Amino acid sequence: MTEQMAHSSSSVSNAIVSLRNVGKTFERGTVALDNFNLSVGDGEFVSLLGPSGCGKSTALRIVAGLSAPTAGAVEWADATHAERIGFVFQEPTLMPWANVAANVRLPLKLTHAEAAQADAAVAQALQRVGLADFTSAYPRELSGGMKMRASIARALVTEPQLLLMDEPFAALDEITRFKLNNDLLTLWQMLKRTVIFVTHSVFESVYLSQRIVVMTPRPGRVFADIAIPAPYPRDEAFRTSVEYAALCRQVSEALAQAMAEGAA
Amino acid sequence: MSERVLRIGLPILVLALVVALWEAVVRLNHIPPYVLPAPGLVVATLYADGTLLMHSLWVTLVTTFEGFALAAVGGIGLAILFSQSRVIEYSLYPYAVTLQVTPVVAIAPLLLIYLPQHLAVLACAWIVAFFPVLANTTLGLTSVDHNLIALFELYRASRWQLLWNLRLPAALPQMLAGLRIAGGLSLIGAVVAEIAAGSAGAGSGLAYRIAESGYRLNIPRMFAALLLLAVAGIVIYFVLAALSHLALRRWHESAVRREL
Repeated sequence: MTEQMAHSSSSVSNAIVSLRNVGKTFERGTVALDNFNLSVGDGEFVSLLGPSGCGKSTALRIVAGLSAPTAGAVEWADATHAERIGFVFQEPTLMPWANVAANVRLPLKLTHAEAAQADAAVAQALQRVGLADFTSAYPRELSGGMKMRASIARALVTEPQLLLMDEPFAALDEITRFKLNNDLLTLWQMLKRTVIFVTHSVFESVYLSQRIVVMTPRPGRVFADIAIPAPYPRDEAFRTSVEYAALCRQVSEALAQAMAEGAA
Repeated sequence: MSERVLRIGLPILVLALVVALWEAVVRLNHIPPYVLPAPGLVVATLYADGTLLMHSLWVTLVTTFEGFALAAVGGIGLAILFSQSRVIEYSLYPYAVTLQVTPVVAIAPLLLIYLPQHLAVLACAWIVAFFPVLANTTLGLTSVDHNLIALFELYRASRWQLLWNLRLPAALPQMLAGLRIAGGLSLIGAVVAEIAAGSAGAGSGLAYRIAESGYRLNIPRMFAALLLLAVAGIVIYFVLAALSHLALRRWHESAVRREL
């Protein structure tokens, strides 16, 4: 165990959401999370990093309320935030029978938003992700990157305070992923929302996050909580900097230790 | 020659050859029309008995259409009910299957005893046609992307919203496939019931005409009625295929031309 062992996560002062001793055991007996603690500050960009099967997606679904913890609790500073969450899945998860505008509009439709306001919100969300010219295109006509942009626009359209992203760029090629990484950071700085970003990529997590929570596999626990102090805006210069390389090494080592502990 | 010309031209060529051969065989061997009528005679009969046959075609088509409409409403309605309640699904599904696997020819005489003739024929058309709609729609309603369901839960969608905005549109391709099968089957159901009813001495549909012409050894009219039935079946199939294509052309892989 190292000094990186997490005790710091509970010390976040302006937490928007906190998971306290959260455990999740599935019906077939798989323990996905055990005594999992995480506090995320308002406006923070936090990544959950770990190998596949370490329960990071489960943690995200518990925050979203899509899955109930079997132990512990999720605490919200403001309960209204819990009802307005943006969620981006690993796949774009668009409705193939609806065009881009209708897909982005869905959350507003489901929550019975007023039509004129919804029109404006949809237009703004599409503008933000750079899809303003593709409102009437159908998902199958879009590239993988553009589908993911539509998915992000849909998550943003309700102006959520908390944006949850479950390996959203894992299926994209590197060029597209880098572009979307940059655009996501630009959006985050502009909108000042809280982001919890699940990834299995050390490089992606270091590039994006203010804080990286490294998880152990089976059961998922917080192994290390690493601050990434590099200032924003981050760009291609940061991606090739010595500082970035050093941080990646530090996080990689923590991840290797976490996996060794999980395997032991 | 282009693909399109071949696809349309070849079947027509085959038809022309078969008809010509048939005509030749009948003429050269002097086969009497009560054994095998020549194609020319069949067409002439079609024209001569036109009013009678068209009226019968209309009767059969109305039954077919009514059976199809009931099958669509019943099949889709029952599938929606099944998707909403497991208790209802488990209670009724075995009987839907039983109804499907029992040959309708065997059910028809019984229905003719209990129901007025028109209703009995209609019931047969419905029994044969509703199951593919039910089975396909059920499959479509239950195979929705789990993440999309999660998304709807995230925004606290009601049961109704989930059904109307997600499950039904997602099930549309399978539903349409079921309806396409049901179109042909409701014609079969109507014909089978008319034949059964015909032996009971009533009716005026095309199938009844075939049975009646058989008793009277009016073989050319049998062929003419059969020809009309076949054409009706083909038209029903193409109309439903075209509707299905129209509904899916923007988004479903089955209806979108593959770009190479």
